[in-house]
Amino acid sequence: MTANMPINQIGLEKNYYRGAISTLCKGCGHNSVANQIMLACFEHNIPPEKIVKFSGIGCSSKSINYFLNRSFGFNGLHGRMPSLALGALFADTTLKGLGVSGDGDTASIGMGQFKHLVRRNIPMVYIVENNGVYGLTKGQFSATSEKDLKIKRQGVNPYLPIDICMEALAAYGTFVARSFAGDPQQVKSLVKAALSHDGIAVIDIISPCVSFHNLENSIHSYTWGKDHESPLHELTFVPPREEITVEDFEKGGMREVVMHDGSMIVLKKLGTDYDPTDRSSAFCMLAEAEKKNWLVTGLIYVDPKSPSLIHNFDLPETPLNRLSSDRIRPAPETLDLINKSLL
Amino acid sequence: MTNLLMENFIPAKRQSIINDFAITLSTINGSGSATANMTLVRALFLMGIPVSAKNIFPSNIQGLPTWFTIRCSSSGFLGRVEMDDIVVTMNPAMFQDELKQVISGGVILYADDLKKPEGRDDVILYPMPVKKIVQETDISQQLKGYIANMVYVGVLAELLSIDLNMIFQALEYHFNNNQKAINSNFQVIQSAAMWTKANLEKKDPYSVVPMNNNVNKIMTNGNTAAALGSIYGGVQFVSWYPITPASSIPEEMNIYLPKLRKDPLTGKETYVVVQAEDELSAIGMVTGAGWAGLRSMTATSGPGLSLMSEYLGLAYFAEVPLVIWDVQRVGPSTGLPTRTSQGDLSSAQYISHGDTEFILLLPGNMEECFEFGWRSFDIAERLQTPVIVLSDLDLGMNHWISEPFKYPEKPIDRGKILWEKDLDEWLLSKKHEWGRFMDVDGDGITYRTVPGNLHPKAAYFMRGTGHNEYGGYSEDPQEWEKLLARLKQKFITAKSLGLLPDPQIEVNQNAEIGLILWGSTELAIKEARAILMAQGVNTDSCRVRSLPLDDSIGDFLNKHRRNYIVELNRDGQLHQLLKIRFPETTTQLVSLAHVDGLPVTAKWIMRELRIAEEKIL
Repeated sequence: MTANMPINQIGLEKNYYRGAISTLCKGCGHNSVANQIMLACFEHNIPPEKIVKFSGIGCSSKSINYFLNRSFGFNGLHGRMPSLALGALFADTTLKGLGVSGDGDTASIGMGQFKHLVRRNIPMVYIVENNGVYGLTKGQFSATSEKDLKIKRQGVNPYLPIDICMEALAAYGTFVARSFAGDPQQVKSLVKAALSHDGIAVIDIISPCVSFHNLENSIHSYTWGKDHESPLHELTFVPPREEITVEDFEKGGMREVVMHDGSMIVLKKLGTDYDPTDRSSAFCMLAEAEKKNWLVTGLIYVDPKSPSLIHNFDLPETPLNRLSSDRIRPAPETLDLINKSLL
Repeated sequence: MTNLLMENFIPAKRQSIINDFAITLSTINGSGSATANMTLVRALFLMGIPVSAKNIFPSNIQGLPTWFTIRCSSSGFLGRVEMDDIVVTMNPAMFQDELKQVISGGVILYADDLKKPEGRDDVILYPMPVKKIVQETDISQQLKGYIANMVYVGVLAELLSIDLNMIFQALEYHFNNNQKAINSNFQVIQSAAMWTKANLEKKDPYSVVPMNNNVNKIMTNGNTAAALGSIYGGVQFVSWYPITPASSIPEEMNIYLPKLRKDPLTGKETYVVVQAEDELSAIGMVTGAGWAGLRSMTATSGPGLSLMSEYLGLAYFAEVPLVIWDVQRVGPSTGLPTRTSQGDLSSAQYISHGDTEFILLLPGNMEECFEFGWRSFDIAERLQTPVIVLSDLDLGMNHWISEPFKYPEKPIDRGKILWEKDLDEWLLSKKHEWGRFMDVDGDGITYRTVPGNLHPKAAYFMRGTGHNEYGGYSEDPQEWEKLLARLKQKFITAKSLGLLPDPQIEVNQNAEIGLILWGSTELAIKEARAILMAQGVNTDSCRVRSLPLDDSIGDFLNKHRRNYIVELNRDGQLHQLLKIRFPETTTQLVSLAHVDGLPVTAKWIMRELRIAEEKIL
């Protein structure tokens, strides 16, 4: 054990949660997000072996290799991570899925799979590192690029952008949040809350691309994000069985959401009192933010009670992938009965 | 080689034809005819007569013509025939066309409200007062529309001497002891039989007499067999997207899984079935589940397989075991969605970009649909690679007599999988670290761990990009070549382990002609060979049951001066693969390929064989 290295409640060092060294550009928002995912898992006291990482294709998808080396991970196909994750998570339902995707991977090629994953309410955290551009292919428009954006060699973007949170809400997402890579504390709190959610937890993180899309006037840049970020609330995650210390919160200025596992999200009012458990308010808020050109961040919607897909199946306690052969092959006499019944 | 061409293989005497004829029932789809048709088939089966049934149906829900052909054959030749002995027509739109399908001396039964057919003085015509019989029965007006088809069941029963007790048993089976439905249908059948006895003078030579051919046999279809085989193979995860003619595989699984696959210890479900939003997602789920250690499968047809090609490339490269059933229909494109073909062989073997290759299993009958159902999982997990089973619409959806399904003779083989204690043992005994892609046995197959394995050394990072023995990213030229060579080596291992079904070879004395076949053409080939033999032409046959092609197929080809490769596609896909694999035999190979959407007939095979032989000799 390294001296002075912090240890979490399950006795694991922070180092235990590390990944490979990032090969992304210096200053890439994705690196910051990867770091916060690692810290969130560490502070949330989840053994990395209980997490399975998934991704598609793109810069964002590479980043799952940069945290949680001790978790299984699968960097699959462009836009097709949701189906891969769904199948894999049935093998052992004690595992938590953690997917990282990008705006191209989710909102362009993967829109269909993304929305069906959301509607099925798979228990996994689904993070979109949204930079409004195709980085790995060196700077083309993505489905979340804003209209009239100019990019070198591409010209002017003629299409309206897709709002990933709006899509997730429309698909009956049970946990929908937005954050900004330049706000690491919020990213971390949201990831922790998402890990406690028993269902799909979508976090759309604006994560600037420093190489191809960090123009000051663009909504996916650091400068714009810093100037226009408008948090819905200050957000604190309280793990299960831990007392809330309310010193940081003004009385009456808080809203609490109790999660499935007994943990709690404490939301401190900022200006207006936004209720993240009301789906129609969430739609209105997103529409208003778009109109006013605000980058609204925080927990947009949560339904902590909606059962995840796993609950539709009456599965044994032993994970399916550990069932011995005698539990998955019916006895010989059953086949005799079937043979007699076929006409 | 003369006089090979002949009509349906039936005895020469026409005075009395017993248990050797084909009946086509021409109806409108959505009119409830399937129940009537299957009642006849089941009754004939229960009488112990060899019988088969093929449904030619449109891609439509209601209102278009559909044909159902029942063939009885005392010699057990149950492939498709080109002409009918008896046609029953309930469909005014198709009346004139049906006339052309009846052999001279055959029979046409028609609903008497249709105009009396003209232009065939050489066939026997029986009008049936369908409306009158239905009106006179004591059933609700609402049901009468659906029950009209039972009239021809009754008429045929009387005309052909089909045992009414067996018809009653068939109804009991179909309606699952719903007494009301059984009785109302049987009432119509009885009335029609009585009317026939009193009013129709029998002029035709056809009848049935009981045999004892079907003792202990079953009647089933390939999709049910595949579903059951997979269940006995321990399938744990199924994802699918509806497509004709494959949908009934998962649908049958949904029926049988809850009955057969409750955990013996806890009573819980040991399986998961998810209907996906498309085939891209279905194969994605199956790949995820296979990677994570579940026996996983999907069922689809050509258009779906095309969509799955991207994930299949990943599954091949990432060494994920999974099983795909491709119940082939006619392509390219949407093609003929409700007709049969063997058109996916070439594309399935090398599907997806780059250097890939897939294990193909080619079932030819019901028993093999069941057997390959379970065996495919053992092969996939042993080799850590996808297995594609190529069935077709004829096997999958038509009704076949079969020997009972045989319980798997081998225990389940999960392949090289390491759990926590295995990994501990590895680290102790091997004295080096475990790497997911480390070939320690030299057979190309490496040891895998799966998510949920909590050993601190168990996790690895899977990727569709170049990787080293530990799964780390690599663009190293040598590592890349080594990896691809190892993937190829697994296919050689498959042969050395005897994992793949052998070709089924049947030989006669002094045969110069070899017939090569695969899949559903077996019955037609058997019939053609029997007729040829009766005419003094001996042939051998070799039914290919898996790909990559086994060396013994080359030996077979070499032994015959001419090998005819019979298959249901335009380009002779197996022929092409044989030429590549056994180039030295090229001049001995002749392609007999065609695809018109229908199962092949013995007659077609013999006609084409004769033409080819005449060209050569």
